[in-house]
Parts: sequence; structure tokens; C-alpha cells
Amino acid sequence: MNLALKDIRHSLFRFILTCFGLGLLMTVVLAMIGIYNGLVSDALAAVKAPRADLWVVEANTQGPFAEASSLPAATRDAVARLPGIAEAGAITYQTIEAQHGTQTLRLYVIGYERGRPGGPSTVTEGRGLGRSHYELVADRKSGLEVGDTIRLGRNRFTVVGLTEDAMNSGGDPAVFMTLSDAMALQSELDPAAERVRAARGAASPDASNVAAVIARIEPDADVARVAATIRQWKHLGALTQAQQEELLLASVVDRARRQIGLFLGILLTVSAVVIALIIYTMTMEKLKQIATLKLIGAPDRTILGLIVQQALILGTSGWAIGLSLILLVKDNFPRRVVLEPTNALVLAGIIVGVCIVASGLGIRAALKVDPATALGG
Amino acid sequence: MAIGDLLVDVSGVAKHYGEGETRVDALRAVDLQIHAGEVVAMLGPSGSGKTSLLNIIGCIVDPSAGRLVLDGETVFDGRWLRGNLRQLRLDKIGFIFQAHNLLPFLTAEENVSVVLDLAGWKPAAAQTRARELLDYLEVGHRAGVKPAHLSGGEAQRVAIARALANRPRIILADEPTAALDSVRAQLVMDLLRKLAVEQEACILTVTHDEKIFDRFDRLIHLRDGRLSAE
Ligand SMILES: Nc1ncnc2c1ncn2[C@@H]1O[C@H](COP(=O)(O)OP(=O)(O)OP(=O)(O)O)[C@@H](O)[C@H]1O
Ligand SMILES: [Mg+2]
Repeated sequence: MNLALKDIRHSLFRFILTCFGLGLLMTVVLAMIGIYNGLVSDALAAVKAPRADLWVVEANTQGPFAEASSLPAATRDAVARLPGIAEAGAITYQTIEAQHGTQTLRLYVIGYERGRPGGPSTVTEGRGLGRSHYELVADRKSGLEVGDTIRLGRNRFTVVGLTEDAMNSGGDPAVFMTLSDAMALQSELDPAAERVRAARGAASPDASNVAAVIARIEPDADVARVAATIRQWKHLGALTQAQQEELLLASVVDRARRQIGLFLGILLTVSAVVIALIIYTMTMEKLKQIATLKLIGAPDRTILGLIVQQALILGTSGWAIGLSLILLVKDNFPRRVVLEPTNALVLAGIIVGVCIVASGLGIRAALKVDPATALGG
Repeated sequence: MAIGDLLVDVSGVAKHYGEGETRVDALRAVDLQIHAGEVVAMLGPSGSGKTSLLNIIGCIVDPSAGRLVLDGETVFDGRWLRGNLRQLRLDKIGFIFQAHNLLPFLTAEENVSVVLDLAGWKPAAAQTRARELLDYLEVGHRAGVKPAHLSGGEAQRVAIARALANRPRIILADEPTAALDSVRAQLVMDLLRKLAVEQEACILTVTHDEKIFDRFDRLIHLRDGRLSAE
């Protein structure tokens, strides 16, 4: 006879309500984990998208994401000719605001050379850039759709394709255009935008310059060796893909990451205390029944089972409810919420741990209770 | 009547609660022997120590001094000699208390079969046995009902069924018939007597219920913590 289940069924409504409350708390915890992951993976999206091995940037800068970097567009030819380089492409990045219908969009404009590294990793709807002018591939989160037109600078661009998960570390959705369009756009920015840029202290981009040259190397080439060769040019610096990712995490998103990380820690602590409190109270309310069980001869094993099983049922239901809820709502968040299966499993592990520790408190009280207390009254 | 095994042997048992000014001497040097087949009533004014003695025999309350031998096993002699008192209770002792103490989350039938479950009975056998007892006590029709929906008398009869379920040899009852009408009180006493004979058990009952005095083999009186036979 399973006493834990019988007791739960006896006050089912209350138990479900408790599970649901705990589930909501777990939703928040999972959301926070997802936001944390989303932040990190968004930040890396722009770096990872071109699937580069090497980033050639302006000497003594940590560009193009952590710092501004500016190179003559011709650098690409020089880099491409180096031994060990398979392909290379020049690339520009800029954030602009544009009017779309009644909305003001903040867009992260990526200019790349068609047929070379740097374009959208996949086009999920429509097609890639087909012509050398006035076409865009936009991230779906921008709200733009295939066939839409939007004015950027002096020209009107047509959205020909959509991609996913392309954005800058601030979460602004990316639009891809040809390098020549992007360079033209740099020089055309209206005077107000230029003033803002100057006020922010950002370097005024030279219209014939690009932000970086990205390169993929031959399968048998050594990245470090190629990077060293590039650094021999006085005006160039070179970062490997791994260095670029580290740099971005360490500089650009580090504080946001720590902020969310700390909050997540607090949230987990609060959840642990709440779970402990619920289980402890649940046990305390049953002390008289536990005394009766001892009176009729139930061994400690039975009493332990009653408490631990209920704690685990509570914990796992709360976790399951939390997980279902977050999976249901996660796509409605303005920024990406990324949940890995391991996150959910680690949380399950933590909850089980907390439940067992919390039952420990209740069990101590339950084992101490004198069977004679069942006789009172 | 042939005298059966000596099931309860209490000698020199004393019990006091508290120390110093708050000290209450509930029992002073009590001696009591009960044999298999005997049905004994314990009488005495309120506060005379009846419940204390019953709980000591049931191994729920620690005696302050004395010796307690149950079914041939010395369980207390200045201290508990038996480690697992709960197993002892499960195997040998059936309780029927003043407050019925049924588990609120189990049905009447489950409240009876849980004892059998703990004693290692198979579920089907436990259920059959529980049904039989409840039927005999005329609460079979309430088998699927939780204690909150039972009347006082019904709950008390379920508690009696629970006490008898595992066929204990020592049955202790604290005013078991207080909540029952006189017909049912007689019925319960008859059942207890039948059991005592069949299972070679003994029964010790605290009662104020004069209408069932004639159902006992022996009446014992507690006064100021001492026993006097009558
Ligand atoms: N846990 C306890 N702590 C302190 N004193 C107690 C305790 N239990 C009983 N007593 C005292 O011991 C004495 C005997 O109590 P007991 O419950 O054995 O009496 P009783 O004969 O069963 O009374 P009643 O007929 O009212 O049930 C009383 O004076 C009571 O106040
Ligand atoms: Mg009493």
C-alpha cells in the first residue's frame, strides 16, 4: 500500500496547487537560464555565423566586435593570396535605424562579398542575394518579410530572403547586403546619424574601408602560423576564431552575463528555500499521523518513504510543469531563450537534491516524534 | 477455565511524570498478571493511572521502574531490553484507544489492511481479512469511506478491527465501547471474548461502562497508583 500516493490523493487539489506554484517558480528559473544562454549565444551569433578560422583586423585593435577596426578593402586580395588560406572575404558591420511602415527598426547591417565567407549561414525562406545591388537577406526577428522594401540611406532595398539567429550582441536583428551596398551606406548615412556616431566617439568610417577580412584556411594549414604571418604586416592584426569568441564573451557580454548569472543564483536559492519550506510544513502537518503509524508498528522505513516520496513527487511535478510552461512561452520573449536538455537535467538534479535535503529536516522531526503523541485528545 | 500462557507479567512497575514540585506519581509498584483467554477490566477514578499502565504494557510509555514480561519475553527491566519496540507492537499487541486515531487519508478498509500490509501480508489476503472484520463489526458497508465521514461509533469499530487484524495475543483497549450504544458495546465485548478464546489472546480493557461489567472474567481497580483486585 503506497501511503504517499494515498495521502496525496486525499488532499489532491491542495497538492496540485502546490505543485503548480512550484512549477511557476521553476518556469522563472528556467526562463532565467534560457535568457542567460540566449545572451551568450546571441552574442556569439555574429562571430560564429561566417564559420571563419581567422579574423584579419586593424593592427592593435580587438575588432571588429569589441573595438572598431578599419582596413582598406584591398586587404582581402593580399590575405587571399597567402599560402594556407582557402578563401577570404571582406566584411563590414554597422548598426542603423530605419523606418519600416510606422515602426523604427534597429538593424545590424552586415555587408559581405557574394560567393565569399561572411554571408547568412542559411536562408530559411526566399533566396540569397542574387543581384549586386539593393537586395537584403534579413533575420526573421526583424519583422521584415520576403518582398518587403525598406529605405536604407538613399536607396530602397528589397527583402529577398530570411535567415534566423543572426544578430549583434545587443540583440539587434541582422540584415545582410552586398559589401558594395554596405560601403555606400556607410558614406551615405544622413548627417544626424553621423553626428550621433561622432558624439559616441566611434571612429568615422572611411567609405573605402572594411571592418575585417575573414578567412577560412586549408585543411592542412596551421592557423597559428598563418596568423603569425599576417601579423608581420604592420597595419594588420589577426585573431583566431577561438580568440574572437573569447574576446567577445570577456569584453562585450561579460557584465550582462554576470548580472544574469548572479540573479539566477539568487533565484535558485529562493527556490531551494521555498521547496524546503513546503516539504517541511507538509511533514509537520502529518506528525500526528506519523505518530499513529509508529503506534501500529510501522518501521522508520515506511515513514521515511512517505516523506521522501511526496517530496520527490512534488519536486518532479514542479519541474515538469515549469519545463512545459517555459517551452510553451519561450518563443514569445523579445530576445532568444535558449534551453539545452542539459540545463533542464541539471535543474532536475538540483531539485531532487534540494527535495532530499529538505525531507531530511522533516524526517528528523518525524523520527523524533513520540508515538504517545498520537494518543493525545 | 484452564489457565493459558502467561502473556502479561507486570511486576513492581512505577511511573512518575516530571520531577520536583511538578512530580506526579501515576503508578506506584503495580503487579499484574494476565493469562491467555482472560478478559480483564480495569476500573478507577479519573487520573488514577489507567491509561499510563495500559501504555506501559503497550510499550509506548517508559516505566520509571519495574519489570515487564510480554508473552515470555522480558522487554523491560529497569530499561528496554528489546531494541525494536515497533516490531513487537506489530506482532503482539493490538491497541484500541480512547481517540480512534484512524489515518484520515485511508478508507476504513485501508486503515485495517495497512497493519497487515506492514506485517507482510499479501494485498489480497489483507483485503479479505479487513473485509471480514469490518463485516463482523457491522461496518462492512462503510469500508470504502474515509474516517472524516464515519460516525464516532463507526470509527471506533474500524479502530477495533484494526487492532484485531494481525491476530495479536495482547489486546489493550482504552474505553473501547464509550462511543457505542449498548447493543453494539455488548457485540464488541462478545467479539473480543471470542477472539481471546480462539487466538489464545488476553484482553485488558479500561472501562467505566457498567452495562458490560458482566462480560469480564476479572475486574481490577486502580486507586492512587496501586492495584486492588475485586
Ligand atoms: N504525559 C504526562 N505528563 C505529565 N503528567 C501526566 C502525563 N500523563 C498522565 N499524567 C498524569 O498522571 C496521572 C495518571 O494519568 P492517566 O492518564 O494514566 O489517568 P487515567 O486513569 O487514564 O485517567 P482518565 O480516566 O481520566 O483517562 C494523572 O494525574 C495525569 O495528570
Ligand atoms: Mg485515560
